[in-house]
Order: sequence, then structure tokens, then C-alpha cells
Amino acid sequence: MLKVEHLTKMFGGLAAVNDVSVDFGANQINAIIGPNGAGKSTFFNLISGVHQPTSGRILLDGQDVTTMRCDHVAKLGVGRTFQTTNLFETATVLDNLIVGYRLRTRSGLWDVLINSKRLQAEEKAAREKAREALDFVGLTHAENRYIADCTQEERKRVAFALALATDPKIVLLDEPAAGVNPEETEGLAALMKKMVKNGLTVCLIEHKMDMIMGIADKIMVLDHGEKIAEGTPEEVKNNPVVIEAYLGSDHDAAA
Amino acid sequence: MMFKLGALIMHPASKFVLLALALIFPLLAGVENEYQVQVMAKAFIIIIAVYGFNVITGFCGQLNLAHGGFYAIGAYTVALLTVDAGWNYWPALVAALVVTGVLGFLVGAVSLRLKEHYFAIFTLCVGFIIYLLIEKWDWLTHGVIGVRNISEPDGFGIVNFRETNAMYYLVLFFMTFIIWFTSRIQKSLVGRTFIAIRNGDDLAQSLGINLMKTKILAFVISTTYAGLAGGLYAGMIRVVGPEEANVLQTFNMIMYMLVGGIGTLFGPLVGTLGVTWITETLQFLEAYRMLIFGPLLVVLVIFFPLGICGSFLTWMHRKAQALGLGPKKAQTQSKVKASGQEANNNA
Amino acid sequence: MTIFLQQVFNGLTLGSVYGLVALGLTLVYGILHIPNFAHGALYMVGAFISFYVMQDLGFNYWVAMAGSAVIVAVIAILCERLVFHPLRHAPPIHDKIAAIGILLFLEAAVHAIWGSQPVRMQTPFPGVVNLGGVFMREQAILIIVAAAVLVTALTIFLRKTMVGATIIAMAQNREGAFLVGIDANRVAMMTFAISGILAAVAATLFAPMTLVSPVMGHIVIMKAFVIIILGGMGSIPGAIVGGMIIGMAEALGGFYVSDSYKDVIAFTLLVIILSVRPQGLFAKGAH
Repeated sequence: MLKVEHLTKMFGGLAAVNDVSVDFGANQINAIIGPNGAGKSTFFNLISGVHQPTSGRILLDGQDVTTMRCDHVAKLGVGRTFQTTNLFETATVLDNLIVGYRLRTRSGLWDVLINSKRLQAEEKAAREKAREALDFVGLTHAENRYIADCTQEERKRVAFALALATDPKIVLLDEPAAGVNPEETEGLAALMKKMVKNGLTVCLIEHKMDMIMGIADKIMVLDHGEKIAEGTPEEVKNNPVVIEAYLGSDHDAAA
Repeated sequence: MMFKLGALIMHPASKFVLLALALIFPLLAGVENEYQVQVMAKAFIIIIAVYGFNVITGFCGQLNLAHGGFYAIGAYTVALLTVDAGWNYWPALVAALVVTGVLGFLVGAVSLRLKEHYFAIFTLCVGFIIYLLIEKWDWLTHGVIGVRNISEPDGFGIVNFRETNAMYYLVLFFMTFIIWFTSRIQKSLVGRTFIAIRNGDDLAQSLGINLMKTKILAFVISTTYAGLAGGLYAGMIRVVGPEEANVLQTFNMIMYMLVGGIGTLFGPLVGTLGVTWITETLQFLEAYRMLIFGPLLVVLVIFFPLGICGSFLTWMHRKAQALGLGPKKAQTQSKVKASGQEANNNA
Repeated sequence: MTIFLQQVFNGLTLGSVYGLVALGLTLVYGILHIPNFAHGALYMVGAFISFYVMQDLGFNYWVAMAGSAVIVAVIAILCERLVFHPLRHAPPIHDKIAAIGILLFLEAAVHAIWGSQPVRMQTPFPGVVNLGGVFMREQAILIIVAAAVLVTALTIFLRKTMVGATIIAMAQNREGAFLVGIDANRVAMMTFAISGILAAVAATLFAPMTLVSPVMGHIVIMKAFVIIILGGMGSIPGAIVGGMIIGMAEALGGFYVSDSYKDVIAFTLLVIILSVRPQGLFAKGAH
């Protein structure tokens, strides 16, 4: 579903991502792990279009999206969360989500001036989509709460919902469980499984090994920008190269 | 109870009360108090400009330090067209809108690719260039002398816009339209797109938003508002000079926005009226005004970043939640009027 | 030919002043990510304090410069502690607005204390040296020499001392610096102090060649911003080289093209460069 061929990104003389090739299957939970600075977030940035790769190809469902701009990639169905999500603090949860559907709408300033039928229909659709996404992540009860009054875990869910509101085919989750306690982590893991069950593909970057081993269908391991291992949790867990990479460099404790 | 009062203020009908008060203000001010009416009219003009500022900086999060420059361009367009080229006022005002809109597009296309700090610095320089050009480009702008005897808006029937009251109502009309239009933008998908960009470029992009297109739209809207305000100013005061482009104008507008509440719907209105009337009534402190201004900005930004309207809205929302009341429409779209301002209006 | 050399010398002088001002600005921006719009006000305050230390307290030029440097450094530290430190987690717009607030306050304070009349500062170097037809004011030579000395001193301080090393560490890798136990507060205060010293010294050096007035900081600060965008935020060589480029462009452009529009040169350069390269001339990654 998401195919990456010899992807490389150079920043100055440094290769943040170096000749990475991988095939992420549809309807699966694909995990990317690796020590700090391994290039995982850069990898996501390349896929979602924030950065342009120096060389290599990215294919989404067979379509070449290598040089596509970020907002085009989003329209093609790539949803994304970030390590730090900046939401509108003094607005309600629902208010934050409505813009998620914007990319599927066409109304412009003129529509606003004349309050066109198109604008009304699209705003209604966006609101419904927002509610749908909110329901999916289990936060309907928090619909009218200010983001500022939500817990860290709830914010993570809202970020998920925002990505879901864009009607994606695949979601890239960047450390979704950071700063969240073990019980909540399980909740988020369950949510990811639910996404896959509903036809989505999930790609996530995480440091929490327990969580990854529990839900990932496939794991790719990056170190210093290069892919050093790939396979099922069992295969990766016992891979000596992977163990070396983790013990040899910064060993991450779960946040 | 405070909450009930707040709910009353936020009731949709309250904005009509506001409008009614504004309509009868000249009568309340008294026949001899033409001065008060003019102060109010001038405030309305600034409010229009501040609404523009709120669109680019409040909604969209880009600090445009050249905003005052566009205000001056609007004023000068009307001034030069009516005085040097013999145009009538109304076509000149339309021209001012076009000029500031087009210039806004050009400047925006270049500058909005810059991130955050660079954009602020760049626009600071652009604003300064505008000031310099107005001052030095003698044969076009009359240089330091400025432009005098600008035509007032052409009247009709018994309406003569040289009269303060007539001008007041004209400006009130435009201001009301601007507020209405801005409220429509804010509640719509277009406004939400602006706000998404303010929350973060990367996030907005990942939501499929075309950054440049959207930022430029916000920028052009803001410069056109500024041009409208400048054009109205020229028609009312009928004299313009390079001081209109002084960066201090922009700083003043930042203050009004901050006091009223950046990014809120009624922030520009409340902030401008509040600060203007307080400085009017505290005239004797004029000497200390500049001394207070700076620290006030700092204090506001550190301790009251939400401003009057922002703080009010969040307080109301949380109170409603605490009281267990249903979905309160206490989101960013609301009608707010500080009760203090109401008192000022009746003064 | 001598006329050309004359302009080159003028450019060198201007470049030295701009470079020093830009240096202070780039340190604060590069390390703390704060575009300190009030830096020009610090510059202006530096000049005024020097002037009145000489005029009212009767001290000589050097004492005045030193005293001014100390006082402005203290003011800068106060700015950091009272204003920027509380705002370190706020959205970046608040930083900028707060800086504007400081700028307005400092200008108003100077205006209130000393009035708005421009004044002329005395200097122990009023003479002019004639080198083959090129007229070099002694003050200008002092500026160039002093700038070179200061830049060297600063570089040595940053590279060879422990304290300097902590500043560089913060600039290069914030998180890493914390992990190693570097005190961010101390680094922040030091950075601001250094920027204040540089501004005050630059102002005191340049003031005898122009006038001391409350608005003297306006244009200088904008040019300083242009310089650090051209030279790269946080880059010391960038600030110096950028300063020289702008100084030269202004001197040569002012003479050969137009004197009344020479201030626009720096900004025009900025517009052109940023239109072509939005990340500035020397940026590596994003921002």
C-alpha cells in the first residue's frame, strides 16, 4: 500500500535517511522503531511531503507521490499526527476537529460572502465528520470541553480524531503514546487496532516496546538513517543487530 | 449573578442593542459635543483597520508589522487621486481598495513564504520602506508636506459629508459591514483554515491546507481592510502626511488588539474603544502615556494574553461547563461587549 | 580612485558598527530564538548613558563607555528575566510583542529623562588622518580597530572558556545541553548581557560621528536584522561579514547611486535575497 524505494534525505552533508526501502501492507499496523536520532520522524516527513527526498521513490497505492507537496499528499489520503500537537487551546474539542474535513471541501471567500448553499452543505458535512471522528476515538462526551481542559491522553485522542477527520487511507502516528501512562497506552493501542479493523492502515513511530510488540504486524528498525531490520515482532525482537543498536546507543526508557 | 450578566451580553440580540446605541450616540453626545462624535468616528476608522490586523495576525497568526503602511497607502491613494488627479471621492476609495489589495497580494506572495520571525522582520522593513518612500518620493506623494484639501465623500440630497455627524454614520455603516463580514469569515471553513495555520504550519499542511494560498488570502483581506480605513480617514480628516505610515500606528493597533483579545470577534472593537476612550478621559496623563504604553504591552502579553474578550469568553465557557449547562455557544463566535464599554457609550 | 577608496573606508566603518550591533542580535536570536526588537533601543540607551556620564558626571570617554556597557548589560538581563523568561513557553508572537513593548518603554524613558533633542558626543579622537587622499577620521579608525578587537575577544571567550562553551552548547543542541546539566537561565542571562555590552559599545563608538537621539536605534536595528538574516541567525562570522556587506553597499550606493535613498539599500537587498531564498543565505534546515 505504501511502498518506499531507496529513499534518501541529505541535510547538508548528513544523511538523515539513507537508502531505505520498505513495503507497508494495507490494513496492518506497521511500526517504525529505532534509537533517538535514527531518522524516524524525518522518514514520516518525507512520506507526508513536509520534506522533499534527495533521491528515491514513494508510492502510495501505486501512485508516485515522491515530489508531491504536503497538502496534496494529505488529499490523497495520508493522515498524520505529530510529536507535539498544537491545538486551539481556548476552543472546544469539536471546534478543533471541524477543519479536518476542509480538504474535502471547495468553498471559498465568495461562498462566505453570499452564504452559498455549497458552504452550508460543506460546513454541515464537516461538522458531522468531526462528530464521527470524535465518536470513533471515544471522546463524544468531551465535545464541548476546551482543549486546555483536556488531559494529555485526551489530547492525543483529539489529534487522532483530527487525522481521521481528513478521511485518510493511511495514518502516520508519530509517538502517539509519549507522555501517557501504561493504562492509557493500552487504550491508544486498542484504538489503533480499531482503525485497522475499519479499513485503515496505520504506521506508527514509537519507543514503547511492550506496546509495539503487542500490536504491530510488521516492524521496521532504523538506526542512523538506515534500515537495519524488518519483520514480525518475533523476528525483530531476537535480531542481534537490533539489540546491538539499542544497547550500543541511547537506550530509551518509556516516557 | 456574574454568569447571568455574561449570558445576557452574549445573547445574539445584544449586538443590536450595541448598534442602536451607536446610532443614537451623536444625539446622546449632545449638540455641542461635535468633538466627541469625531473622536468616536476616528475610533471606528481605526477599528476597521484593527479588524484587518486581526484577520492576518489574530486568526492566521502572522505578525504583519507593515499593516500601518497599507493603511497609509489607502489614505494616500484617496488623497492623491482626489487632489492631484481630480477624481471624485467614491471612485478614489474603490481605487484605494484595489491598490491595497493588489499590493497586499504582491507583498504577501513574496513575504508569506517566510516563517514566523522572518515574516515579522521582513514586514517591519516593508513598513519602513513604505514610510521612507512616502517621505522622500516628493513628486508623487508631496513628501513631508503631505496632502491637503482632500475631497470629502460626495453627498447626496441633504447629506453633506463635511458634517461630522454625516461622516460618523458613514463610518459606522462601513464598520458594521466589516464586523459582519469578519464574523462570517471567522465562523466559516475559511476562517477555521486561517486558525489552523495559526496553530502550526506543519499541522495545517498535513490537513491538506494550501499554506501559501490561504495565507495570501488572509493577507489581502487584511490589507484591503487597512486600505478602506485609510481611505475613510482621508475623506474625513482631509489632510494626510507621512506620519500615517509611522510604525507607531501599527504598534498602537497591536495594543488595541491585545487589550480587546487577539483572535476574538469583538476584540478589535472593545480594545480600540476602550483604550481610545480611556486615553481621552485621562488626558492629563498624556505626558506619561508613552511611558505606560510599553510596559502595558509587556504586562498584557505575559499575564493577560487573551485580552478582555478572550478572558471573558473562556470564563463564560468554563462557568457554563461547571454549572452543567448544555452546549454553550461559548466558542470563538460570540457577541461580546464589556459592560464597561457600555457605560462609556452612555457617558 | 581615492574617492572610491574613501567610500570603501566609510563602508568599513559603517560595516564595523553594523557588525557589532548585529553580533549582539544574532547571539540572542541564535541561542534563545528571540528576535529582540528592543535591541536598537539598548543601542540608543547605551549612547545616551555614555553621553551623560561624560557630560554630567565628567568622566572621560572610556569610563563612560565602560559604565554604559555595564548598565545596558544590566538592563538587558532585566529584560531577559522579567519579560522573555516568563514567555519562553508562549507562542512566538508574544515574544515579538513584548520586545516591542520594551522598545517603546526604553524610548519613552529616555525621552522623559533627557528630552528628544539630538546631542553631539565628544570624543578624545576628533582628528582626521589623511592617507594618500583618503580622509580617515580617527574615530572611524578607532571603530574599525575596536570592532576587530571585540570580535576576537568574543570568539576567544566562546571557544576557549568554559562559560563560553556552555553558550555554544545551548546554541547547538538545547536538549543535549540540559542533559549535561547546563543551566539555561545562566546562559540566557549571559547572552543578553553580552548583547547589551556590544550594543552599548557600538553606540558609544559611533555616536561621535553622528548624533545621539532617541530615534537613533530605529534604522540601525532594522539593518541589523537584515544582516543576521543574510549572514545566518546565530552565526558570528555571518554577522560580521553581513555587516560589512551592508556597510559597503550603503557607502558605495549612497555615494554613487543616491544619498537620500541609501537607507533603502539594505532593505532592498533583504527583499531580493528573501524572495529568492526564503530561508536566508546560510540556513541549514528549517526555519
